[in-house]
Amino acid sequence: MTEHSEVLNQGEHAAVHVHRDDEGSKMGMWLFLFTELLLFGGLFLIYGAYRFEYADGFKVAAADMNSFIGAVNTIILLTSSLSAALSIAAMQRNQKKLALGMLWFTILCGIAFLVNKYFEWSHEIHNGIYPGGPALENMSNGEILYFGLYYVMTGLHGLHVIIGLIFIGFVMVFIARDKITSTNFQKLENAGLYWHLVDVIWIFLFPLFYLLH
Amino acid sequence: MANGSLANEVSYLEYQGKHKGILGWLLSVDHKRIGLMYLMGIMIFFFVAMTLGVMMRLEMLTPGETIMKPQTYNSVFTLHGVIMVFLFIIPAIPAVFGNFMLPIQIGAKDVAFPRLNLFSWYLYVVGAILAIVSLFVGGGAADTGWTFYVPYSIRSAQNVTMTTMAAFVLGFSSIVTGLNFVVTIHRMRAPGMTWFRMPLFVWGLYATSWIQVLATPVIGITLALIMLERYIGIGVFDPALGGDPILYQHLFWIYSHPAVYIMILPAMGVVSEILPTFARKDIFGYKQIAISSLGIALIGYLVWGHHMFVSGMSDTSRIVFSLLTFLVAIPTGVKIFNWVATLYKASIRFSAPLYYVLGFIFIFSIGGLTGLVLGALATDIHVTDTYFVVAHFHYVMFGGMGIMFFATMHYWFPKVFGKMYNEKIAIVACTVIIIGFNLLYFPMFIMGYMGMPRRYYDYLPQFQGWHILSTVGSWILVSGIVFMYGNLLYALLKGPKASMNPWGGTTLEWRVPSPPPLENFDEIPIVTGGPYVHDKQTYIMHPSKEGLNANGGTKTVNQEAAI
Repeated sequence: MTEHSEVLNQGEHAAVHVHRDDEGSKMGMWLFLFTELLLFGGLFLIYGAYRFEYADGFKVAAADMNSFIGAVNTIILLTSSLSAALSIAAMQRNQKKLALGMLWFTILCGIAFLVNKYFEWSHEIHNGIYPGGPALENMSNGEILYFGLYYVMTGLHGLHVIIGLIFIGFVMVFIARDKITSTNFQKLENAGLYWHLVDVIWIFLFPLFYLLH
Repeated sequence: MANGSLANEVSYLEYQGKHKGILGWLLSVDHKRIGLMYLMGIMIFFFVAMTLGVMMRLEMLTPGETIMKPQTYNSVFTLHGVIMVFLFIIPAIPAVFGNFMLPIQIGAKDVAFPRLNLFSWYLYVVGAILAIVSLFVGGGAADTGWTFYVPYSIRSAQNVTMTTMAAFVLGFSSIVTGLNFVVTIHRMRAPGMTWFRMPLFVWGLYATSWIQVLATPVIGITLALIMLERYIGIGVFDPALGGDPILYQHLFWIYSHPAVYIMILPAMGVVSEILPTFARKDIFGYKQIAISSLGIALIGYLVWGHHMFVSGMSDTSRIVFSLLTFLVAIPTGVKIFNWVATLYKASIRFSAPLYYVLGFIFIFSIGGLTGLVLGALATDIHVTDTYFVVAHFHYVMFGGMGIMFFATMHYWFPKVFGKMYNEKIAIVACTVIIIGFNLLYFPMFIMGYMGMPRRYYDYLPQFQGWHILSTVGSWILVSGIVFMYGNLLYALLKGPKASMNPWGGTTLEWRVPSPPPLENFDEIPIVTGGPYVHDKQTYIMHPSKEGLNANGGTKTVNQEAAI
């Protein structure tokens, strides 16, 4: 629509040239999400290939994972996705405070997820299970690859959580300054889409590393 | 915008916005200025990599050491490949002329995300700087070849990490550009510019952009894993820890084969622009050419295995990959036949851009047919890793994309700079380039067939005659290129002013002044017909003056009142 309104104003030359195209912005975000999926896709492909080749080693290594913490993290992320979606609904109804509150909650969940992840990683590292670590060196090839992939995939995912948090932080500033309003909330929706992607990727990582023994 | 009309009275080259001088360029989000900034970078790196190529040819003049040691030779061919592929061939046509022409050709004022566009240029610069710095720090320039094959790239003491980092960043730049173009083509077309009224260059860019978006992330993660492997040794590509080097090759070619079509599809798009202009008739088989671009992009995604016929794959997958490879020849053949058919019974005007295009069709056909030799399993095994492969990909990459880049520069030079070059010199330069090109690379087919392996700094005496021929060819080629650039540079400084439409082109960029004004159009035009119609006007450039609204109908009372 905005595109057309721009064209209609052309006649007077001094048209409003703030080009705004929500559909285009959303489309750009989706394309970006495709690229993220393919980025992780490469890793999932590697995981699949080695799971097939070293089924036994992967089973042994996966038994070492604490699926309780994994499950807690899954619940945390799913809840944060809900609050991100609710903040969009609140923004559409012009409830600025509620939208901001929901985003605060999303950020807290994201941080809680990272804290959990930190304890998980430090537990493994403490036990000498890290690339080149004393415990991992004596393990079978399957286990080495499992933990190598574990660190790369959850690490890359953790990086995306951090980027998502920064993204949401910026969006909150925009909301506070009324740059995002009930009629102009595409940036918020894009942040939400990104956060859901982070969530979806975790939903695949969780069973692959914690549940498949 | 209060100065909307003011900004459109001067060209994009002269416009003074918020920032003056060099900052007016470095901070500009205008797609035309960004295109020219890409052109600067790309030209510099083309000359760097070309110099490296000439040095390699010089080394091959005599058997044994001629001008460099084997280790240096390894680094030189690696950098020649990395720079040519990631800094020249992939971005050249899309990032320079795609940026410049795409919005104009579809009747838009800019791309969908102008700031993202500038960001991608900065990523390109960062990647380029990393590539250059990697030459001088650490253990010396990477020596793995541009493919970074494991396990050598993990073990090499040379500075491989930084070179892969450079390729990683450049890949990101390429993704951002592709994403921007896809959204631009979907959302920014002028009223009446339906999908099948888009110029074929836009179709080529559209297919390219999808490949950039969907294939580049895979190389991103693969190169990131190489870096991690070198730093902390996670094991995924390290056979000592159970990793599989063949898996690396799969992941690498899942990107890098489609990347071949990132390189060639925009070039094919320009062929489809230049031919109808100089043939003075509509292109033959417009829809077939448009769809074949998408066909090439689609099939090209599924043929990566043909780079690995001798790496260790099951016979079944080799036969499947070979078959799929042959299928790519079909949409490519469709294009070639349609181009030739466009010339049939046309009233052809032999201008400089057309000479380059005809050279392209000749060279690319040789490159394409020898590609079938490599795509067939039995013959491929005979010529794998020989000069035959080197000759083939230089015929399709340099002869295809490179020559078309020259053609593109000659075709759009008057539009981009508003100056005209000396056409006679351009044609002479073109002839020299095509002779030099064939003299340089054709002997490589013969040497490769005779068994000369690639990437060796030394060779048996029986190959020397061919090597001398090839090296002499490189001198002729380079002098042709320097001649050509000299001509363009002279035109840039002293050339006469170019008119709005010096070639009689029919697409939208020829309906705006040369060089185009800042916002391209005073008014968004309305499109009423196909892109290559010569005998009648298919664009309404000032709809409001003709009493039309944006949809092409007459204005309603309300709209009049609103204005």
